[in-house]
Amino acid sequence: MTLSFAATLPDRGFDVELDVAEGRTLALLGPNGAGKSTALGIAAGTLRPHDGHVTLDGRPLVRVAAGRTRTWVPPHARQVALLAQEALLFPHLSVRQNVAFGPRSQGARRRDAEAAADRRLEQIGLAHLADRAPSTLSGGQAQRVAVARALAAEPRLLLLDEPMAALDVDVTPALRQTLQRLLADQTAIITTHDVLDALLLADEVAVIEDGRVVERGPTTQVLARPRSAFAARIAGLNLLTGTWTGDGVRTPAGEVVHGHAPGEDLAAGAPMTAVFRPAAVSVYLDDRRGSPRNTFRGTVHALEPRGDLVRVRTDHLAADVTPQAAAELSLTPGTRVWLSVKAAEVDVYRD
Amino acid sequence: MTRTEQRTETAVGLPRWAFVPAAVGGLFVVLPLVAMATRVDWSSYWSLVTSESARAALVLSLQTSAASTAACLVLGVPMALVLARSRFPGIDLARSLVMVPLVLPPVVGGIALLYTFGRRGLLGETLQVAGVQIAFSTAAVVLAQTFVALPFLVTSLEGALRTAGARYEVVAASLGARPTTVLRRVTLPLVWPGLLSGAVLSFARALGEFGATITFAGSLQGVTRTLPLEIYLQRETDPDAAVALSLLLVVVAVLVIAATRRGRSPL
Repeated sequence: MTLSFAATLPDRGFDVELDVAEGRTLALLGPNGAGKSTALGIAAGTLRPHDGHVTLDGRPLVRVAAGRTRTWVPPHARQVALLAQEALLFPHLSVRQNVAFGPRSQGARRRDAEAAADRRLEQIGLAHLADRAPSTLSGGQAQRVAVARALAAEPRLLLLDEPMAALDVDVTPALRQTLQRLLADQTAIITTHDVLDALLLADEVAVIEDGRVVERGPTTQVLARPRSAFAARIAGLNLLTGTWTGDGVRTPAGEVVHGHAPGEDLAAGAPMTAVFRPAAVSVYLDDRRGSPRNTFRGTVHALEPRGDLVRVRTDHLAADVTPQAAAELSLTPGTRVWLSVKAAEVDVYRD
Repeated sequence: MTRTEQRTETAVGLPRWAFVPAAVGGLFVVLPLVAMATRVDWSSYWSLVTSESARAALVLSLQTSAASTAACLVLGVPMALVLARSRFPGIDLARSLVMVPLVLPPVVGGIALLYTFGRRGLLGETLQVAGVQIAFSTAAVVLAQTFVALPFLVTSLEGALRTAGARYEVVAASLGARPTTVLRRVTLPLVWPGLLSGAVLSFARALGEFGATITFAGSLQGVTRTLPLEIYLQRETDPDAAVALSLLLVVVAVLVIAATRRGRSPL
């Protein structure tokens, strides 16, 4: 057990126990104000619990009993790095100096620290920006540099507090790809309310509601059979697995799905997954094969109410349509339909 | 927000009539300076400001103001840090006390300093035994100026620290930087413009200090007679010299303000 965490904060109605194994990533899912950021604050050392402990690699970081602090390791000595919603790159330092900040602060020589920074920037494909000032970067670039900076500090535990929340939707796939690669062997906790983050970045999921863990387990299991209301609401993504063809994912049924692909070179035949939301899927009775679209043939199996929308379930996909659309198309179980989704709405990931 | 947006913004919430009292206020500040400038005897200006007593006063003023600005930095930066970043009972009271020299008449400040560091003062007697005499020395001038100038540095820097926020410091600590490293490499660079303008304001306030100095340090040429004291004394005997030296102080003050305006926050 790398991280063992148990803490209560009665003022905030917070009572959470968590653990994360070496090299694993835990996603904390939950609505705003549920206590996700409180958990990270306690682990990072910006908040002091009323009761509880935080232990990392067998080293106690915090031990508090009934408000009395027995052990308190200050934030800088914890080897716990924090990545927030905003990149918070130091504005007076260049990109390279930002990434070198962690090693420098931990006593590395300037040349060694900057060499390490250049390696990290190389890893995220932004080496050409090393001499730029942070203010000249786009939001997505800045957040990727922030990831590199956090990892350059070689933390035992990386905390990511909704790292995509402040970014435009069209740059999140690139950051998600970067994180997926870099978090592979990193012990990390990521808070999010996006199920895609949980699915692609985390090995395990804990759902927090009202300051308590209401559900936890391996990501695929929680999302496949959600027990909490929150997990049920956010689960239900369309997943198509297959192999890489060079510009899309070929499913065993022979369909080719196009979407945002990883920035790296992929060998044809590599196992891949295409992911998209039911809300991004349109339903037609005839074939509207347009160039930017992926189109799938299907038979309606079930129609379920889902808030203001109707979820149309076909053989292997789901689509959310308005009740009016469902009525106009006279959708009933057994109707043969075409399902269509724009390539821009599809994220393609390596398995 | 980009620069273009700022330029195209319209002044919502600025009533037209506000320009009138604003212009009157501006005149009120500028007119006395113009009036004084008209009285300067330009033919003898150079000889008046370079007389032996004037040069002694100017050099003493610049030296003591520089020394008290240094003292303000040494004491004021940690004070601003504590006030902006720490939490302890009574911090609001501490924040108010720091502002006291700002609202106190400087003469009262001088008397208070006299009863602290004077020959019979609270600490003065002990210092006397140790062979240190402060009152009516150049050191007293520096103490008086530091006393009145310190709040300018502390408020200016505390405001800058609050505006900058602690978020960058949290990130720096999480990357493994010790508190002193965070201060040196993150906090101070971020509040650099605030620190600079605070230091310049303190310097300006020290340069203009009169009441506390004359009460606590006296007026001894070359030892405690700074430029404002020299101007005050000359006004009785040689009004032309007083006006010439006053203009010199105005020029220094304008240069100082221009210097503060140039600093811009990296945020």
